[in-house]
Amino acid sequence: MTVLLDPTSERSPTIRPRLPRPDSLDGLTVGILDIAKARGDVFLYRLGERLSGRGIAVKHYAKPTNTRVAPLPLRQQIAAEVNLVIEGLSD
Amino acid sequence: MDGLVAVVKRDCPTCVMAALVLGELARRRGLTVYTQDDPSFPETVPGRIDDTVLDVSHRLKIEIVPTLIRLEKGREVGRTFGWDRGEWERLSGIAGLGEGLPETRPGCGAKNVEPGVLERLKIRFNETGLKSRRITLGEEEDEHDAMFARGWSDGLPLVPPIEERVLRMLDGTSRDPQEVLGLVPPDLAPATVEKIVINAVMAGCKPEYLPVVLAAVEAVLEDEFAMHGVLATTMFVGPVVVVNGPIRQRIGMNAKGNALGQGNRANAGIGRALQLVIRNIGGGRPQEVDRATLGNPGKYTYCFAEDEEGSSWEPLAVERGVAPGRSAVTVFAGFGLQGVVDQKSRDPDSLSRSFAESLKAIHSVKLAPACDAMLVVCPEHHRTFKEAGWSKARLYEELYRLCEIPGDELVAGAKGIAEGGPASLAGKTVNKFRPGGLLIVRAGGEAGMFSGIIGGWSAGGARGSVPVTKEVRN
Repeated sequence: MTVLLDPTSERSPTIRPRLPRPDSLDGLTVGILDIAKARGDVFLYRLGERLSGRGIAVKHYAKPTNTRVAPLPLRQQIAAEVNLVIEGLSD
Repeated sequence: MDGLVAVVKRDCPTCVMAALVLGELARRRGLTVYTQDDPSFPETVPGRIDDTVLDVSHRLKIEIVPTLIRLEKGREVGRTFGWDRGEWERLSGIAGLGEGLPETRPGCGAKNVEPGVLERLKIRFNETGLKSRRITLGEEEDEHDAMFARGWSDGLPLVPPIEERVLRMLDGTSRDPQEVLGLVPPDLAPATVEKIVINAVMAGCKPEYLPVVLAAVEAVLEDEFAMHGVLATTMFVGPVVVVNGPIRQRIGMNAKGNALGQGNRANAGIGRALQLVIRNIGGGRPQEVDRATLGNPGKYTYCFAEDEEGSSWEPLAVERGVAPGRSAVTVFAGFGLQGVVDQKSRDPDSLSRSFAESLKAIHSVKLAPACDAMLVVCPEHHRTFKEAGWSKARLYEELYRLCEIPGDELVAGAKGIAEGGPASLAGKTVNKFRPGGLLIVRAGGEAGMFSGIIGGWSAGGARGSVPVTKEVRN
């Protein structure tokens, strides 16, 4: 187990905080990631429809299989194209 | 613990020589023997105690083996090290010890104070005095990725600042780890020696570089250097560190071929440590408070030594008031390198004109006064001045004179360039540099008529950043 000495002025926590949730989705692009669990696509498609209906930009993505982490190119594409991601974790 | 205690190791010929005496003391006085390396030594003492983990040795502060200690009511009342018949007899109260042995024989270094071992023991006994927060990485976490993820890196891999390395780096200075050298912008966080040491470890420094790193940090934190502005400006600059004096050679800095380039650990590590201090202690990061439009590659590291040997000129630090023979750093808010190629000038008049024409182009040919500048004169160019008997002061004088620019050339719109000064400059003469805004150093390889100009910050002088020189302290 490696123990490092903090080189900073120790003004932030050692565990990186999560990004704050946006107050509103206005002007943001939402990514919808289908992780390939059964019928997840049905639920996520409907969610995408409802967001689009409210005028929010939506982009759809799909993992090839739920048994592996998303391929690196897909993760990079999502990070470059959207501001937040919704994914269905289970069926 | 009362009575006599000895600490020994088999790897010490004096301990081996004294083994029979140890056996006699164990029989007659109840001597307790701790052995540092081989638990079967000394065979003369059946009840010897294994101290290969060195905990007892460390607690007893053993430096030499054999050490013989007399304890009364748990308190030490006498100690001797090495073999010294008189001392051993006095401590044990037994006369005639070690028949046939010499009167005295020096011992050997104890294992618990060997380099690397002492650091580990101090850590185990929580005696390091280091106050920084400990960050325990996850079992599966890659230590290099972990440091990037925490934002500590300048973009290149870092040496992990584990406690052993930090303690070894601290040996490079006699200063107290909690001494504060100044407040690091932009957060104005205190620069303790300890925090600087941690960043020097990450930068790849050796302990002997540390006094130079500390002097460079002190220098940039002086108010007149304006480190906050140097960091925050949209312009190109970062701190450039020039090292003078004997420490250059002691730590193996490069002042010769490729002095401003890659490949020398001291040059690279010192400049990088300074940048990491600004980043990690001060919180100064690109696209945050560092608003540089382009920046420059020297913001990874920009440090070199002046080539004083063979120079007919006084070194930069001496020129700036440091006594000859002392080591010092000078920090300058600078960027990049503009080459001055002149392979034909063989007299100082021609060469100084060549320098001046290049100097007048810094930032823009339309701006004067523009910024401070550091002229790095290569040995072949320096030779021309040396042979003609030109002192450094003479070259300064000529360059300031040659950098007088007719205001007509500087007016906005002149030369078909919108950049420029007000129409009121017409008919006047303006110098490219403020008085004292030009620095000259000598560095570089023996071959090549290629000097260089390190441009400065537009707000040179008291309104901006003034170069600062600090003597290197141990």
